[in-house]
Amino acid sequence: MNSEIGSLILRRLGIAMVTLVIVSFAVFFTTNLLPGDTATILLGQAATPEAIAGLRQAMHLNDPAILRFFHWGLGFLTGDLGKSYANNMEISTLIGGRFVNTMELAGLTTIIAVPLALTLGITSAVMRGRLYDRVVSVLTIGVISVPEFVIASTAVLVFAVYLRWLPAISFVNEIHSFSDMLRMYAMPVVTLTFVVSAQIIRMTRAAVIETLDTPYVEMALLKGASRSRMVLRHALPNALGPIVNALALSLSYLIGGVIIVETIFNYPGIAKLMVDAVATRDLPLIQTCAVIFCAGYLILITIADIIAIISNPRLRK
Amino acid sequence: MTQIAASKPVRRFDYTFSLVGMIALAVILFWAIVAIFAPHLVPYSPGKIVDTDYFGPISSKLWLGSDYLGRDMLSRIIMGARYTLGVALAGVLIASTSGVVLGMAAAVLGGWVDTILSRFMDAMLSIPSKLFGLVVVAAVGSSLPALILTLAFIYAPGSFRFARSLAVNVNTMDFIAVARIRGESTLYLVGAEILPNIIRPVLADFGIRFVFIVLLLSGLSFLGLGVQPPLADWGALVHENIQSLSYASAAVIAPSVAIASLTISVNLLIDNLPRAIRDRSA
Repeated sequence: MNSEIGSLILRRLGIAMVTLVIVSFAVFFTTNLLPGDTATILLGQAATPEAIAGLRQAMHLNDPAILRFFHWGLGFLTGDLGKSYANNMEISTLIGGRFVNTMELAGLTTIIAVPLALTLGITSAVMRGRLYDRVVSVLTIGVISVPEFVIASTAVLVFAVYLRWLPAISFVNEIHSFSDMLRMYAMPVVTLTFVVSAQIIRMTRAAVIETLDTPYVEMALLKGASRSRMVLRHALPNALGPIVNALALSLSYLIGGVIIVETIFNYPGIAKLMVDAVATRDLPLIQTCAVIFCAGYLILITIADIIAIISNPRLRK
Repeated sequence: MTQIAASKPVRRFDYTFSLVGMIALAVILFWAIVAIFAPHLVPYSPGKIVDTDYFGPISSKLWLGSDYLGRDMLSRIIMGARYTLGVALAGVLIASTSGVVLGMAAAVLGGWVDTILSRFMDAMLSIPSKLFGLVVVAAVGSSLPALILTLAFIYAPGSFRFARSLAVNVNTMDFIAVARIRGESTLYLVGAEILPNIIRPVLADFGIRFVFIVLLLSGLSFLGLGVQPPLADWGALVHENIQSLSYASAAVIAPSVAIASLTISVNLLIDNLPRAIRDRSA
């Protein structure tokens, strides 16, 4: 690895850190726009003015917003996430197990969706314009054009109601057997795989087609390279950067998808926690969940950018 | 011979739609008309309980069955068209107008105005839209004006970036330099020189953004955080009736189909625009 690549990666990491700070700043201030005084909300209408003033003091609510932001940010870094307004539990306790659940859901989907979608995307690019490509294109446009909950409902109707292959609801407290596990993950993972794959297929197809149209791939073909060699040796290595970027951008749909899917299937994850927190206006919980999601998204994008930088042949010396 | 026949000149103004484009346009116009004349089209009042049973089946009296309270589904979908199309259209108008105006201004003014605007918009774009929606709704609530502004706020940065990148290219052209030397104002540069040159791709982007906004609005309503009862857009209709999914009731399928028909049609229309429009927007 040479210094040029190293400095590019450092620069990219720096941008990611700055963006995360700006984003958490935005999250903090947006949620502080909420009309109504937090101490009054917590203590109820019947509270005495003295009690409200005391709580305001204890919660540092009299401090200027910028100071509270730093206070909150420092707490975040040291693992002190504060307490939920709704039930006064430590947020770190509330989030802990659910965070693992969401990561399991996202990880399982990624393991299934990425190889599947890459295969479909690359093959349909190679067979551009043929029936196979057209069928894949129509299906992916269909999936991309509709909300996730429509995909989820369709999946339930097809796999659970008509075919009866999978159970519709995934609410399971403890996993004892393989069938329990299937019950818990099947529908959420199937739905998310559809949502995420459609994005990856479209973007991979576009990236591969772009490299297939370059003069050096044509040259390889004219020199008598086989079709598979042309694709695997000449086109794919050059399409790697765009493909990895496409992957990262598509995995961001995982975040939007997770929010809907956890709600519709009652999956005990962090997204469901956040949706419930929004319904009860539980600000500290909303802030924490939002920052976790944004951080996850930024990590994905940054990893993809770094892989794209490393895999760019023009930067390798 | 066939070569010659194939290369015959294309008519310059070919505004004919392909079949797919025609169908897509027809579906969009259908929903637009339904939304505009909704109060005159509903067979029953959308809030009135007309069925003694809940999730009643499709019948000659209730064309799409009844919902979880026994209200007429068809009437609710017709009124729902108003909220889905109306809120989304208002949102996209504000998002695109503000995004495009700021984008052009950033391109023309350059310097620190451009840097600050671009950095801010890029940071906004790095927040996944549904998450952003949840945070803003938590802060400002779910009244219709709040929803419209939330959607506009979330999708304006994308519009900004799109318009700015187009305007930056136009900004380097000679006629802009000439106009600058003539001493034209920034307002003139943006309105009379840049806008006419980027308007077609901007309109295509408007359509795509409309779909995004319909999807986000439906998603929020589906979570119960969008349009609030007694009003209901199509996403809220799915939310209300989701429990009937396991027996495939029309109460949950019909509003889902309505959303899908609208969003797929807009995407297909943009993909199948007549040659004369598409060529100049390329």
